[in-house]
Amino acid sequence: MDMLYKIFLDPFVQMASAPDLLVQTLWEGLVSGVLYALIALGFVLIFKASGVFNFAQGIMVVFAALTLVGLHAMLRDWGVSSGTAAAYLALALTVAVMFGLAFTIERLVLRPLVNQPDIILFMATFGMTYFLIGLGELVFGGEPKLMIADDLHLPRGAIDVKMLGGFVSFQKIDIAAAAIASIMVAGLALFFQKTRIGRALRAVADSHKAALSVGISLEQIWVVVWFAAGIVALVTGIMWGARSNVSFALEVIALKALPVLILGGLTSIPGAIVGGLIIGIGEKLGEFYWGPLIGSGIESWLAYVIALLFLLFRPQGLFGERIIERI
Amino acid sequence: MFYRETGQFKTTYQADQAVFPIRQDRIGIAIILLLAFAGVPLLASEFAISSFFIPVLVFSLAAIGLNLLTGYTGLLSLGTGAFMGVGAYGGYKLATWFPDVNILIPILASGFVSAAVGVVFGLPSLRIKGFYLAVATLAAQFFLSWCFVRIPWLVNYNISGAIEVPTRTLFGIPITGPNATATTRYLVTLSIVVLMTWLASNLVRGRIGRTWMAVRDMDLAAELIGIRLYRTKLLSFAVSSYFCGVAGAMMVFLWFGSSEADTFSINQSFFILFMVVIGGLGSLVGSFFGAIFILGTPIVLRALPGLFGLSIPAATVEHLTFMVLGALIIFFLIVEPHGLARLWQIGKQKLRVWPFPY
Repeated sequence: MDMLYKIFLDPFVQMASAPDLLVQTLWEGLVSGVLYALIALGFVLIFKASGVFNFAQGIMVVFAALTLVGLHAMLRDWGVSSGTAAAYLALALTVAVMFGLAFTIERLVLRPLVNQPDIILFMATFGMTYFLIGLGELVFGGEPKLMIADDLHLPRGAIDVKMLGGFVSFQKIDIAAAAIASIMVAGLALFFQKTRIGRALRAVADSHKAALSVGISLEQIWVVVWFAAGIVALVTGIMWGARSNVSFALEVIALKALPVLILGGLTSIPGAIVGGLIIGIGEKLGEFYWGPLIGSGIESWLAYVIALLFLLFRPQGLFGERIIERI
Repeated sequence: MFYRETGQFKTTYQADQAVFPIRQDRIGIAIILLLAFAGVPLLASEFAISSFFIPVLVFSLAAIGLNLLTGYTGLLSLGTGAFMGVGAYGGYKLATWFPDVNILIPILASGFVSAAVGVVFGLPSLRIKGFYLAVATLAAQFFLSWCFVRIPWLVNYNISGAIEVPTRTLFGIPITGPNATATTRYLVTLSIVVLMTWLASNLVRGRIGRTWMAVRDMDLAAELIGIRLYRTKLLSFAVSSYFCGVAGAMMVFLWFGSSEADTFSINQSFFILFMVVIGGLGSLVGSFFGAIFILGTPIVLRALPGLFGLSIPAATVEHLTFMVLGALIIFFLIVEPHGLARLWQIGKQKLRVWPFPY
């Protein structure tokens, strides 16, 4: 009875008695949810257009952030005196590197593997993961680095708001992250709906064969999509790197994004965002209010269990396309 | 020329259904077994045995387990590491509860613990398919890893939080624990692996294996011809977890001698999935090839700079190893998506018709 009370009632009593803490927890959940959503967004873009379950998205985040920080350091060494100039130059160069990466992946991995079973392409992205880990560490070194948040003029510090009988503190970088994420999603939506390439992308997502038959170049679309995913990865890397630091430990966030992905549905961009928010908030609430009961560290699997529960009722995720099977 | 079945007539159904119907195959497998049982212990050093041959055998068994699930039944699982862990911890608890029982029994029985856990986590498999199921098995991976760290009961409240394998004997010779020599541990491992591979090969070509393959090829069609999907899929989860569990128990008892929770992490699962895919989905011999390839390549790569007299810092070699391994995986997938097992088959076919091209 006592146990039941602790599980089903006590957390809610705590929430009601300290609403400021609840708001703080919700906010933190929201922010990590946004970051999960960004990674999931990269996955979804690629999955929609090329049908590849891109495990390397997490490592692309790290690789992009590492490239940015590494190039910045190199530029400073070569005599670019202003930190800001070096930072933005490095940013531009990193974008170029991500384009090169997308182009190389399309040419060397996707094109030879076209029309192979899903699991083979999935494994190929594992190969890419290993390759990028090795390459990143070889070129930029494996030790953790600080994100160049100041030189990029990202805001820092916190805003403390007095509300609900207590203080809630909002990190400025988190607010910026949420804003940038919203802008990026809106931009992507516009790109998909309004441009010529966006229309081609949607056609490819609907059916590869039909798209080919009306003269859309799959190769070109794939490069564009992987490049877009690379840009998303770069933004995610900057935001996540500014919160902690840049190292290959960030790789685990890819695993965090997987439950988001299946919760929202593998093919749905709104799904990735809603899923990210549900998982982020659910995880933080669970850790904060129920964590002490079961033992800490439940963050590592709670997201998966939440996703699994949703999946039992909707096997294609919340927003995924209905899976129709025929004999 | 020498590999040809001409003149080998089969006069009974038993002969037709033998595991190795061709005489040359039987001779070949006899030679391989002879080498494995007598050659390796006599010729290889203790170090080579404990750092290469035992791991290859343990991972081969785990890869066979995953292959039964992914290659034969078509259910993608990323929780292999955790199921191995369940076997390891289960075996350890059994060995503590029944200290007088021969150690082989807890090792083989540990698989039943992980089979039970596997069935529980296989339950969503009827409703969820493909990558959705793969991520669902990740739930098992993370939840079980968390249990290994957080539940001290599993390691008998050891302060170190690790399994410490007690010394146990078989026919008066220590086979587990710090006193066991690498050679005895190798021979025990080899015997279990051979036995279980034989079991698996009979399983997959019998009724059960055929229903699994029908489900893999198209589960709706399989259901229409009267295969009970749920039962078949859960059986596959159970058998696969049994194999992985035994592999995990062997890993701790016969290879490491002690083990921490993060041995059975997500990376272990990915590692075994590599072996299965590189070796060949739906091929038992491929599981062995995959294990040898994935474990052998880094060793070769690390040795290469030394052979050419280059001195590259160890860290650089480590990074290069990662890069080359990644590139090799992609390369092999491009060249032969059906894995090393297919290359083996092609080789055999070429040998049969030699010197003619076909």
